[in-house]
Amino acid sequence: MRFDLVVIGASRGGLAACRTLLSGVPRDFPAPVVLVQHRLEDEDSPLAALLQQDCALPVVEPRDKEALLPGKVFLAPPGYHLLVDGPCFALSVDEPVHYSRPSIDVLFESAAASHGEAVLALLLTGDSVDGTAGLATVKQHGGFTVVQDPATAEAPAMPESGVAAGVADQVLKLDEMARTFRSWGSGGT
Amino acid sequence: METLAISTLLEAIYDRTGLDFREYASASLTRRIRMRMEAEQVGGVAALQERALRDPDCLERLLESFSITTTAMFRDPGFFREFRARVAPLLRTYPFRRIWQVGCSTGEEVFSMAILLQEEGLQERTRIYATDFNKAVLEKAKAGIFPLAKMKAYTENYLKAGGRGAFSDYYTARYGAARFDPALVRNVLFARHNLATDASFNDFHAILCRNVMIYFNRELQDRVHRLLHESLIRLGVLGLGDKESLALTPHESCYEPLNSHQKLFRRMR
Repeated sequence: MRFDLVVIGASRGGLAACRTLLSGVPRDFPAPVVLVQHRLEDEDSPLAALLQQDCALPVVEPRDKEALLPGKVFLAPPGYHLLVDGPCFALSVDEPVHYSRPSIDVLFESAAASHGEAVLALLLTGDSVDGTAGLATVKQHGGFTVVQDPATAEAPAMPESGVAAGVADQVLKLDEMARTFRSWGSGGT
Repeated sequence: METLAISTLLEAIYDRTGLDFREYASASLTRRIRMRMEAEQVGGVAALQERALRDPDCLERLLESFSITTTAMFRDPGFFREFRARVAPLLRTYPFRRIWQVGCSTGEEVFSMAILLQEEGLQERTRIYATDFNKAVLEKAKAGIFPLAKMKAYTENYLKAGGRGAFSDYYTARYGAARFDPALVRNVLFARHNLATDASFNDFHAILCRNVMIYFNRELQDRVHRLLHESLIRLGVLGLGDKESLALTPHESCYEPLNSHQKLFRRMR
């Protein structure tokens, strides 16, 4: 399978889950990886540095209009929604969605509208229902959706919501997702 | 194709109202239009356009949804802390100062700046011009009445921003609302101004335009940067939002950063 854009959404329990997942992303991963982790609005948040520890690619918070290119993991900054707008990112301070800004739905829906069937969306652990509507939109536009196996999630409600809504093309454990990522680098098969 | 339908809708709005959203960043605007379609229960963008042109209330609601009103007092406290530390001393060197707060929305940021200026002893000879294209939010801004429930968070922001007094001294609490002292904004001029279509109207010692241009596409951003550059005196200060950048704008070389981590720039040429 070949995707031009990987979008990931996580809430409670997401730090550990994302670290496991990102540890599988090889340096020559062919698509940009974009991550919304629910977070408080805190200027001095260490989240990017924490995610960096197990990740071969630089983890950055994109600026407005930054180009969407492979070779980096883009983390939604605190207090902003992160959207994909064609070849670049857009930020917004629109109202929170499901009490969250950044919101997973906002990222997923913009990615689907802009990149259609080239989108791979992954929904991980959390207590929210954010992300389910976004997965539905990704599917509608021909993209592929993966939900973390709720039994393996620290907070199962969010992945369960995705599974219950019937918008998961696949339900996987984190290490299975990480293994798939690894195989997309040139070192893989 | 939805993109085409949306640009047709934006053309129609411009024809009808003179309000120009044609160069807004499409991702956020598309989301707002989709939310309006759901709320108005219409099946598509064309149907939304048809209703909006027929029903003035529907048009009003649509325009309202295009106006970004999210704001908070002392949002990004570090920005205000740096403004106090680096910009206030510069402002003090002028006998009279003009500050432009662009896209002031419901006024939270204007009252924040007014409090800061008062605490720095700069209020008397400083005039703030607070502008927005949305008339309704300007009325709210003038009133200076904000939800009481937010005061806890705003007090924290105020303290992090280097506030020197007791935040509660600035407002009176009544019926779940906090009414800010009208004397704070006696030197503030609230006015309508549309960045997409209106010209420069004065020159300023400082301009704050935070998280406004993130809603614009690259071309409109460049034009607005030209407008802001024209409107700043030499050595005047431009303040942008935390994730905004001058990089790759035509005016990048005209400014020098005032500090490394907050978005404050000084016009050098």
